Order: sequence, then C-alpha cells, then structure tokens
Amino acid sequence: MSDVAVARDSSSAMPEASIEPFTVTLIIRRFDPEVDAEPHWQDFDVKMYATDRVLDALHQVKWEQDGTLSFRRSCAHGVCGSDAMRINGRNRLACKTLIKDLDITKPIYIEAIKGLPLEKDLIVDMEPFFESYRAIQPFLIASDKPEKERIQSVAQRAVFDDTTKCILCAACTSSCPVFWTDGQYFGPAAIVNAHRFIFDSRDEGSQVRLDILNDKEGVWRCRTTFNCTEACPRGIEVTKAISDVKAAILRGNPGLPPSDLTLTPVSA
Amino acid sequence: MWSWVLHRITGVAIFFFLLVHVLDTSLVRITPEGYNAVINTYKTPILGLGELALVAAIGFHALNGIRIILIDFWSVGTRHQKLLFWIVIALWIVLLAGFAPRQIINIIAEMS
Repeated sequence: MSDVAVARDSSSAMPEASIEPFTVTLIIRRFDPEVDAEPHWQDFDVKMYATDRVLDALHQVKWEQDGTLSFRRSCAHGVCGSDAMRINGRNRLACKTLIKDLDITKPIYIEAIKGLPLEKDLIVDMEPFFESYRAIQPFLIASDKPEKERIQSVAQRAVFDDTTKCILCAACTSSCPVFWTDGQYFGPAAIVNAHRFIFDSRDEGSQVRLDILNDKEGVWRCRTTFNCTEACPRGIEVTKAISDVKAAILRGNPGLPPSDLTLTPVSA
Repeated sequence: MWSWVLHRITGVAIFFFLLVHVLDTSLVRITPEGYNAVINTYKTPILGLGELALVAAIGFHALNGIRIILIDFWSVGTRHQKLLFWIVIALWIVLLAGFAPRQIINIIAEMS
C-alpha cells in the first residue's frame, strides 16, 4: 500500500522537477486609439512550457505584466473562433497554436488580422465581415413546414460536409490579398457559408445565393491564391468551396446528387 | 500566393512590352529607316538580356495560366494546386534551360 503511494508520488514529482519553463519573447503590435496615432510593436518576455499555447502567453502578459493588452477570446479551445490573429505572419487561432510548434529561438510576432478596421491592439471591427456573412442568407430556406424530418442521404450530406465546419473566425477572409485591397469583396468565409446551403439538398434558396455571389464583388473576385485554404484553422478546403460555387454558377444549378430517399446506408 | 504575385508581375511586364512592341512595329509604316534603327538597338546586350527576361515572363505566365485554368475547371485541380505549381516551375526551368544558353551566345556574338 505504502509502496504504491510512494511510487505514485515519485512518478508525479519526477516530471515536474525535470521540465523547466523557457523564456519566449513576444512582439505584439499595440494600438490604443485614445493615445496612439499609429500602431507600434512592443515586446514582452514570458515563461512558457512547450505544451502552452500562444493564448496562454497572451494571458500571462495581460494578467501579470500589462493589463491594457486587449484581445478577444472566449472558449479558448478552437470552437468559438474569437481569437484569430496573425502569428509570425500567418493567420491562426491563438488557442490552437502551440508554443512548441513555433520557432522559439526567434521572437513570436503577434498582430491583429489584416483587412478589417483595427480597433485596439489585437481587436478588429468584425462588422464588415459579418455583413458579408448575413448578405448570403446563411439559414435554411424551405417552403414546407417543419412538421417532419427532411430526409437526406449520406451522399447528399457529404457534398457540403466540409463547409459545415466553419467557425466564422475570419482567418480566411483576412488572409485574402483581394479582400485586403477590396473591402467590398464578399470574402472566403461568406462564400464558404453560402456553399454550406447552396449544396444542401434540403434548401430551396440555392438560386438566390448563386445570384448574390454572381456579382462583381462575388466569387469572380477570387484569384485562387489559396491563402484562405492555408489559413483555415478547421482545415476547410476554402478555395475548393469557392471553385464549387463558381462551377455551379456556370452550370446554372448546384448539380446535387440525385435524391436517394430509401435511407439505406450508402456503401462506400 | 507567390504564384499569384509572380503571375501579376509577369502579366503587367508583358503588357508594357506589348505597348512598346505595337509602337515599334507600327513605325515600319511611317519610316522604314527609323524602324531599322530601332530594331538594331534590340541587338545591344542590355536589350538582349531584356529579351531573355521577356521569354522568362511569358513562359511563366503561360504555364501558370494553364495551372489556373486547371484549378478552375478540373474537378480535383484545387486539391493538387501545389503539385501543379511545382510542375509549372519545373517546365519553366526546362524552357529557360533551352533558351537562355542560345540567347546568351547570340548576345556575346553581337558584342564582338
């Protein structure tokens, strides 16, 4: 009995003694609209473990060094999409970026996402982003009353499976060089969420959304730079979704697989 | 992203070449002597290197243009875009490896 307790004690004490935190330098682009005319870079040294995330580093700065540092975060587990920021020149979620995956021999550069109006430090005005999102009517449009379930086959569901994963973090839209220079462009995120309904067999508003995106500022602004696909923290093939919508507009319809309402499992 | 940046730069460069090219070719209808004089300046080493850059720009723009068409119209094009980019770069190097030595020999021959 006592042997087991001793063994457990030593095993839990051992790693704590051996793992030392290391110093990481953060260089954060600060901007306080009440004081600063222009944003400026400020560096902070934090003690981090390899298992910590960039969000933990930001917390350490805010809680222990400089309480004025402003950034958005909510769930802190890669679900809410609040803490998208530009880390070492790439758009990522601070809560999903491990310190050990970055090169810590160099400082870590953190700045707000680009293309949206900067409000304070790492916070941008997300309203233009959500305006585009609302414009593509991101809700089910169906004429029948919701009295019974709307049956959908596995194959029909698979068509838009990828784009259901979006968390609206704006990492894709704010990585797009077209969006940087043309704020009127709908942006990848709005098109991804339009794709989610355009290719849903239960939805009847596909044509409306295809017409909205067949605009000068719609899908044709996409220059297939693939920045959005690389930025997406959910691994959505964003550029492919945009290409699917382009093809659907050219075809004149989403070209969904035929309805298969027998409800038998589709063989793979 | 860099394929797109290079595509833009080469595209704008080719546009300005075409502007000059239309002007120098139309000169033949106004003054054939002037046309000959302009064409002779193209044999100078600097413009020889310019021609090399022009072929490089057109080569990349054409090959990457085919890549963009495949991304847009081939159903799995978006998934293989990186592979397609490296194929473009490989073909481009092959193209330049064929053209550059010959052009450099011509430049040196014109200098002497």
